[in-house]
Amino acid sequence: MLSLREVSISYDGVPAVEEVSLDLPDGQVLAVLGPSGSGKSTLLRAVAGLEDVTGGAVVWDGRDLAGVPTHRRGFALMFQDGQLFHHLSVARNVGYALRLRRVPRAQAARRVEELLELVGLSGYGERLPGTLSGGERQRVALARSLAVEPRLLLLDEPLSALDAGLRERLAGDLREILRAAGTTALLVTHDHEEAFAVADRLAVLREGRLVQEGAIGQVWRSPADTATALFLGYARVLTGPAAALVVEAAGLPDAPALAVRRSALSVDPAGALAGTVRAARDTPGQVRLVVDVAGVGEVDAVAGLERPPAPGEAVRLRVDPGRVAAIPG
Amino acid sequence: MRVPSGPGAPRGRQAPRGRAGLGRLLTLAALAVVPVLALGLFFVVPVSGMLARGLVVDGVVDPGAVLEVLGRPRVHRVLWFTAWSASAATALAVLLGLPAAYVLYRLDLPLRRLLRALLLVPFVLPTVVVGVAFKQLLRESGPLGFLGLEESAVAIVLGLAFFNVSVVIRVVGGAWESLDPRPGEAAAALGASPRQVFRTVTLPALRPAIVSAASVVFLFCASGFGVVLTLGGLRWSTVETEIYLLTTNLLDLQAAAALSILQLVVVSVLLALSARLRAVPGGASRVVARPRPVRRGDWPWLGATAVLLVYVGAPIATLVAGSLRVDGAWSLGNYRALGTAGSEQALLVPVTEALANSVRVAVDATWMALLLGGLVALVVTRRSRGRAERRVRGALDAFFMLPLGVSAVTVGFGFLVTLGRGPVDLRDSALLVPIAQALVALPLVVRTLAPVLAGIDDRQRQAAASLGAGPLRTLVTVDLPVVWKPLLAAAGFAFAVSLGEFGATSFLAREDRPTVPVVIFRLIGHPGAMNYGMALAASVVLAATTALVMLAVERLRVGSVGAF
Amino acid sequence: MVLSTHARSAVLTGLAVLATSVLGGCSLTGSSSEDEASAGNDPVVLVTHDSFSLPDELVSDFEERTGLSLEVRPSGDAGTLTNKLVLTKDDPTGDVAFGVDNTFASRALAEGVFASYAPELPEGAEAHELPGDEDDLLTPVDTGAVCLNVDDTWYAERDQAPPRTLEDLTRPAYRDQLVLPGAATSSPGMAFLLTTIARFGEEWPDYWRELLGNGARLTGGWSDAYQAEFTQGGGKGDRPIVLSYDSSPAFTVSGGTSSTSALLDTCFEQVEYAGVLAGADNPEGAEQVVDFLLSDEVQAALPESMYVFPVSSQVELPAAWAKHAPRPEQTWEVDPADIDANRDDWLRDWNDLVSR
Repeated sequence: MLSLREVSISYDGVPAVEEVSLDLPDGQVLAVLGPSGSGKSTLLRAVAGLEDVTGGAVVWDGRDLAGVPTHRRGFALMFQDGQLFHHLSVARNVGYALRLRRVPRAQAARRVEELLELVGLSGYGERLPGTLSGGERQRVALARSLAVEPRLLLLDEPLSALDAGLRERLAGDLREILRAAGTTALLVTHDHEEAFAVADRLAVLREGRLVQEGAIGQVWRSPADTATALFLGYARVLTGPAAALVVEAAGLPDAPALAVRRSALSVDPAGALAGTVRAARDTPGQVRLVVDVAGVGEVDAVAGLERPPAPGEAVRLRVDPGRVAAIPG
Repeated sequence: MRVPSGPGAPRGRQAPRGRAGLGRLLTLAALAVVPVLALGLFFVVPVSGMLARGLVVDGVVDPGAVLEVLGRPRVHRVLWFTAWSASAATALAVLLGLPAAYVLYRLDLPLRRLLRALLLVPFVLPTVVVGVAFKQLLRESGPLGFLGLEESAVAIVLGLAFFNVSVVIRVVGGAWESLDPRPGEAAAALGASPRQVFRTVTLPALRPAIVSAASVVFLFCASGFGVVLTLGGLRWSTVETEIYLLTTNLLDLQAAAALSILQLVVVSVLLALSARLRAVPGGASRVVARPRPVRRGDWPWLGATAVLLVYVGAPIATLVAGSLRVDGAWSLGNYRALGTAGSEQALLVPVTEALANSVRVAVDATWMALLLGGLVALVVTRRSRGRAERRVRGALDAFFMLPLGVSAVTVGFGFLVTLGRGPVDLRDSALLVPIAQALVALPLVVRTLAPVLAGIDDRQRQAAASLGAGPLRTLVTVDLPVVWKPLLAAAGFAFAVSLGEFGATSFLAREDRPTVPVVIFRLIGHPGAMNYGMALAASVVLAATTALVMLAVERLRVGSVGAF
Repeated sequence: MVLSTHARSAVLTGLAVLATSVLGGCSLTGSSSEDEASAGNDPVVLVTHDSFSLPDELVSDFEERTGLSLEVRPSGDAGTLTNKLVLTKDDPTGDVAFGVDNTFASRALAEGVFASYAPELPEGAEAHELPGDEDDLLTPVDTGAVCLNVDDTWYAERDQAPPRTLEDLTRPAYRDQLVLPGAATSSPGMAFLLTTIARFGEEWPDYWRELLGNGARLTGGWSDAYQAEFTQGGGKGDRPIVLSYDSSPAFTVSGGTSSTSALLDTCFEQVEYAGVLAGADNPEGAEQVVDFLLSDEVQAALPESMYVFPVSSQVELPAAWAKHAPRPEQTWEVDPADIDANRDDWLRDWNDLVSR
């Protein structure tokens, strides 16, 4: 099990990570989510042994890893752009760590073939990295990282460099592959979709500090604060009387602030809130509205495609309690 | 859910630095210790010894005397001329070297390997021999006499650039060869003309290499004193010729020390400037690009390269022609005479034996320069964590360039006054000559390797480490495949420096085993047509040997190292 | 197949490295196998300049006869050698030095570089003893006069009389015809400066101004002047008057006559000395080396080995020397004490006068 105990990291006295404590049980996938500059990559590099911690400790199974160099940690690191060795073929890239461990040739070849199959690249062994597409390169990088059955796999925005469709597909594959291999993994990303698609647990990092950590659904349902809610993909955060109005409409216990997803309010003649449509825009599944709700102000809402309201029309809105989250003071 | 500690929570204990950090620093120190010790013993100690002799008068340091020397109008003139001639020569070398670097490293031309090898030849030719060739071309009755350049400052600049243009071609060519062509292609796709692509994409990417080469060339020019004496007559003085005069003739160590300090200060400022200019944000990705066929748009480059070839080729051709003349007729007599140590001539040993001596010294100088230079390049290009570490690396980088900028006379005499003390008398060591040469070649090795090492994405090394590769393995897997070719080029450079070096080592007591340059100097230092012819022939032999070694280096294609 | 190419290039590399190392004798600057012959012999170290050279047979005869092993350490020119000896006088790098000349001798004496030794001089050598050397610190070994040389064929072709005296050189008829190495960077150049000082006294700077005004060209070293600029030098230059030695005409002989001659009224005598170094590890050996340099064999070998005249009149000169290199009857002289007192000032003044 990986444990971070009050880990702090600073560059020239400027703190990049401050007193972060986390636990990652074996077999789980933890996503560290944070905007750029939040210190998440620094944290990952510290776990890999590429950065020194200036305070606290990185601990594996109770043992402090300070002083253990990267190559002795047994943590495989996979970069955003793969960092394949350009002069080595795909098979030699994947088999790199096996050769380091002097795995017998035939056995290594078998393992490489298995891994290539696992990542869906059977028969690519003799190609050079330069001839592969971005997605293929990431798959090779993944296979290379998995080859040694690392006790921990570190993923640095593994899908960010890929285009949207490929990313979605590969995210699913990645999850499957990690599950299948039973790999413990630490993923850092700025993309909450990527985090949701791959991870079991989520830790949110902001300005070097851990603001929230927990099972993915739990974090999702109750973001720790406004900024976290927005970062997790909530469209707006309402406060004061506006929040009280919506909370009441949703039938939830009182809360000082409420994070609202874009689809939390929907047009429903029986809805508790009333407002005037300011703008409407068609999307494939629904119509997106901006509605001026009395006592709340402008909010996002959705309507079905069958009878979309026009701007200027008065509508009633229903609140879906599953798509809002109360935020503690 | 864990509660993160807020701003009000007590601060966790701040460990001074992890053991890993300490280990890193220790590794850095361990890598740097050998080169630093070598440079300390064979450069810092001798130079400070000489400075101390000059500055400490009757046990008291007298800074006023230094200021007095530096205030002399003559010193100002000399300093100005040194800076002017070295700058002009550096500019000329870069201007001529860039097109040739492009043509010889980027285009698929027949004979380009041979040309690359030949262009290194000036580097090893003895100054005095080239001086004669230049004068034959430039004097009033010569083919270029109409230019009126004889004994002019322009002749000095031409001579300095002649000797150093190969540095630009090699260093820049090496960087150009491995430049990723895609950004250029992208720019072209965005509508940039070839000229705009060059100015906006290629040139910025080459800047570190160009600055590297230019700073080395500048130092060579500013401290190259043979060329100034030979081509300028005595009308022109540089800081280097002044120090030579003050030390070897007047024994005015005080003034010499003042000038040496001036040299050190100027060189340090220059190095700091060039380090700043060399820094590129992000670092360039490197690929092995295939040379491409010549296109129509290449003709300006080819034209400029042709000019360079004539410029470098004409003095060499004059020299070769001279070596083939005996009593006004074409003959191989001069070459035959080199085979025997006849009593008629001033030949000390058959030139074959001198060549063997030269190669022996050069092998030693080369491995020393590669070992030290490789370590230095590694140390200075590793990514720094923190400003202090970056500063230390930057300072180390500049430190190893210093020997180029400091007078060989000062270092040579410094050896004598300092290395006699201590447990062994190093002054008589036969290794002193290769060590001195290795120090001269060291900056070239570092400057050849460092840009390439710095261009490697550090995450490649991290990827290897995270897969379980130790530092050595990482070096072999990630660094070596990329740096292998430049390493060979650097070896060639060091070898050539050693083969041709005479000035610096002539101050060192050496074993009485004459090298080729010693034989050449001796031959040309005495009257008689045969002596002169043989000096030219020996120079041609030296040049041909260098060219052959370079050609062999060029032919070695070892792309598979590291693919274990 | 890929692997075989790899293997081949690896083998190639290996061979190349091997070849270079073998060529370099697996270096560390070679094993000193040649010293084994004289192994066990008492070493004696001779510190000298770059021009030192003696036939191998003579050296091995000497080593056999004395049981010494002679190590020669050449470096730099006479000036470098002298200053090196001065700088290392407390901890000399050898036992005996050869090559300090009469323009530098007084500095070495004043600094106490040498120890006394008065060997038996061969006939004719007394004339070359260093004036003012009361303690017998230096022993004359060879001599040669620095004189202007002219290209007689060049003048014959133009029906012009070559110059004869120093004054001639400032006449318009000889405009742009002289080339000479500088006093600051070459020892014959220094000798010529002393010649003009001996001839013109305090007025020497005026003479030099006239000389330069008449188109005299200065070069760094002797080779730059003689080989590159002199009409009879290897580079076939365009200056028919050059500063060289009285022996030089012996090297331009073709068809029984020399195409050049030395102007014997413009000569300055240079004498090279040997001396035992104060604080030598092997003073007895050092003395034997001095004796060796005075021996008939070495004296006779000097012209062809080092292009200088022997101090001994007992030995025969090579035929070409005897015929084509007449020695000046009189030379210009400057008292070594004067040289010692003024050389730095003279050189500085001269340097300011000739350089920009």
